[in-house]
Amino acid sequence: MERLVVVGNGMAGTACVEQVLKYAKKFDITILGDETHVNYNRILLSAVLAGEKSHDEIVLNSLEWYQQHDIRLRLGVRIAAIDPVAKTVSGDDGCVTPYDKLLLATGSSPLIPPIEGVKKEGVYVFRNLDDTRALLDRARSGARAVVIGGGLLGLEAARGLQVQGCDVTVVHLMDTLMERQVDFAGGSYLKAKMECLGVKVLLGRNTAAILGNTKAEGVRFKDGTELPADFVVIAAGIRPNVELARKAGLQVNRGIVVNDFMGTSDADIYAVGECVEHKGMCYGLVAPLLEQGRVLAATLAGNTVPGYEGTVPAAKLKVMGVEVFSAGDFSESPGNDVIRFEDGALGTYKKLIVRDNRLAGVILIGETADSHRYMDWLQSKTDLREKRRNLLFPEPAADSGLDVAELPDSKTVCGCHGVTKGTIVHTILDRGLTTLAQLKECTRASTGCGSCTDLCLHLLKAVAPQFQEEEKKALCKCIPLSEDQLRDIVRSQKLRSVQEVLDIYGSGTGCAICKPALSYMMDMVWCGRHEEDRSARFINDRVHANIQNDGTFSVVPRIRGGVTSPEELRRIADVAEKYKVRMVKITGSQRIDLLGVQKSDLPAIWAELGMPSGQAYSKGVRMVKTCVGTDFCRFGVQDAIATGVELERRFENLFTPHKLKMGVVGCPRNCAEATVKDIGLVGQEGSWQVVVGGAAGKKVRKADLLVTVESAEEALQAAALFFQYYRENANYLERTYDFVERLGIERVRRETIYAAVAVQQGLRDRLRKSKANSKDAWLEGDQPRHPSQFVQIQPMENVQ
Amino acid sequence: MSDGEKCWVRVTPCESIPLREGKAVEVGGRRIAVFNLGDSFLAVDNRCPHRGGPLSDGIVSGSTVVCPLHAWAFDLNSGAVVNHPESQACLATFPVRIEKGIVWVQIPAEEPETVCQPASYERDRPVRWVLRKTPSPANTPLITPTP
Repeated sequence: MERLVVVGNGMAGTACVEQVLKYAKKFDITILGDETHVNYNRILLSAVLAGEKSHDEIVLNSLEWYQQHDIRLRLGVRIAAIDPVAKTVSGDDGCVTPYDKLLLATGSSPLIPPIEGVKKEGVYVFRNLDDTRALLDRARSGARAVVIGGGLLGLEAARGLQVQGCDVTVVHLMDTLMERQVDFAGGSYLKAKMECLGVKVLLGRNTAAILGNTKAEGVRFKDGTELPADFVVIAAGIRPNVELARKAGLQVNRGIVVNDFMGTSDADIYAVGECVEHKGMCYGLVAPLLEQGRVLAATLAGNTVPGYEGTVPAAKLKVMGVEVFSAGDFSESPGNDVIRFEDGALGTYKKLIVRDNRLAGVILIGETADSHRYMDWLQSKTDLREKRRNLLFPEPAADSGLDVAELPDSKTVCGCHGVTKGTIVHTILDRGLTTLAQLKECTRASTGCGSCTDLCLHLLKAVAPQFQEEEKKALCKCIPLSEDQLRDIVRSQKLRSVQEVLDIYGSGTGCAICKPALSYMMDMVWCGRHEEDRSARFINDRVHANIQNDGTFSVVPRIRGGVTSPEELRRIADVAEKYKVRMVKITGSQRIDLLGVQKSDLPAIWAELGMPSGQAYSKGVRMVKTCVGTDFCRFGVQDAIATGVELERRFENLFTPHKLKMGVVGCPRNCAEATVKDIGLVGQEGSWQVVVGGAAGKKVRKADLLVTVESAEEALQAAALFFQYYRENANYLERTYDFVERLGIERVRRETIYAAVAVQQGLRDRLRKSKANSKDAWLEGDQPRHPSQFVQIQPMENVQ
Repeated sequence: MSDGEKCWVRVTPCESIPLREGKAVEVGGRRIAVFNLGDSFLAVDNRCPHRGGPLSDGIVSGSTVVCPLHAWAFDLNSGAVVNHPESQACLATFPVRIEKGIVWVQIPAEEPETVCQPASYERDRPVRWVLRKTPSPANTPLITPTP
């Protein structure tokens, strides 16, 4: 059996081996890798840095895979030399491996610009899993990070570090970000988005030196200005690893020169991936590598196939939460037609370059669903004369499957896993798949970077007879947008009333689902400075009482922490008698409920109670339940009453996505059940635990520990961060326990108590503003918003 | 006043019903919900045929109202149930006209089949009655479809 030796255990080499295995078993395969990990998805390193994926989740080929296919795998060995005459490679550990065919997939290394002091401690690169781990170890909340390089890699590093709580500045040599993928306008958009997320961007800065003695303490630019930093990440690009090939006497320019069949200048040595140069082009993206691997595998198997013709450079990615797609040549030169669409507020930017009636390049920002259509036009050099009027927006297809139906079966849908349309369609039909989850499990398509999810869904829709749409994220059927999108729109378009949103983005009328949700959103986004539309509120929030099954209402006055007084109780008793309240009930929340009240009696009852609203009717802050703590309890170790009353004071009168119940207990005996509340403070000897996401309703869930702090004030502060974070990020009618479970407590911690100082300050500021603009709803008893708000209308005449 | 067997009744000035909201009013022994839809006013029986919820307290969307108790939705023009196709129930609707800023509603002259309870119905009861279950409205078919 012929010996195939692969130098490099990265995505390109291993993908090629996967292809080789599909042909008849012809080779005895050895893979030599200098990293100590099995093949993983390098594209997802940014997700690891951002804490979205673990190391294990990005593994593409497990050790079992190598074993199953009888592949000899040697990790942690760097190949030092090739002897093309003896046909051997030798490692830096002295091992010599003979080959019949040699495949070089040596990849690339970080490009280190000529900057003084790059060897100092605290200077990192971001290229492989070990780099990522090192960065994760270094990233601390509040640490100042300088990322040198505003290209794709730099922005991904910046995003990851920002999520980890670092105070990040991106320094870029050029005057626009990601100039290889997007044009100036696109770059400006990305810059604005990043700054909005709290990442600082410095353009046109040439870094001259890393400051500090042995340890990085900042950077100095050519213009003499300096920027302090706790650590520096160099992400200025990549450089093909060609030294090995050059020493072996192979033809090398920028990369290892290969022909259309991936052969180098030595007949038995091939090369694929980022280390190669084909027709003057070096590629750093995944799709070309896979294509090269396929051509080479067929060639090695002895098949005559069409050679590799080069790949139109294309990138589809998500930068700082923004979808970006870029392909081809998008420079505006004479003779090119430029077609452009821009809606800054929506965050959508599209630009097409058409040359000789054919698409030459495309940039999509914010909305990339059409990318495969443009990719096809680019690759097939489609004549666009007939489509000229519909270049930016697709003609309405006869059915949604039409567009995907046009794709050839050989077209790669999932670039990360190299899954073609044909494979997906056959798998759907053979196994009778009906959901995206099943498709992911069977083919692994869309489990990588996820950019092909839409395409996979379209294929399912078109092919699967019983396609089941996954739960839609859209708010309701009136508005085809998710709540995340709507919040962005409300902010950017400065919409201040529910009706405006409905008129512009919805059906104009809205429904009982979206109207209260939008009402909440308005209040939350504008911190109470919105145009309140009571017709969009549920009846409880129009009359500030809870409607009962017979159309009467219940009245619950605010009794903070459950602590009341004889005077209050006397007034409550008087009111109950005077208005013939049908039932007086102690609630489960340590409050008193007066049930069976007529709407028209509400203002008088409130006035006579002389107590503020307990908000027991709204999707808002309900109450804080407390135990007596150190005041009376012989076991109490913390002041539960004072802390609970203060907690209630700080948040009362505010709306939340769903009702919000809290509890404060003075010792871990937990008498007021704080660990099954949305927010709970659990007093311990010398400290407080802040717990969130508990439930004792339809579902019972023990709250997750957010943080343990020393003082009650710190506990209140931590609770405030979580409170506002929940207000801003949960979907309407999503309780904290669903919210925390959906996001994971780790992420919640990262974005609240471990968030960057500026982010925390933002949360606190908006909470303070909201609080300042809120008031006791029962004040409307004296000053109704509308003369008939609580009035029972009497007809102007009687019928005889 | 009389118009055959129906009569027009002056109910309330337009401005006492806020935009896109409803108000309950008792006319000739019937409890009616009158809605201000901006470009028109519509009136229906105020009692949800499902469990008797006060429709005047519902959220209005377009010309639909959603009962505040269990979210049954009704078309205010026809009185038809929108989201429970299994139900044959239909609200009585009442013609409305606006004259000089006053909402007029036309109601049948005869007594309604179900006399609505006075607003102070519950209040006049002794407190010890509170645990008594109210009769299930399901036992009392009450709505006649509009002709």
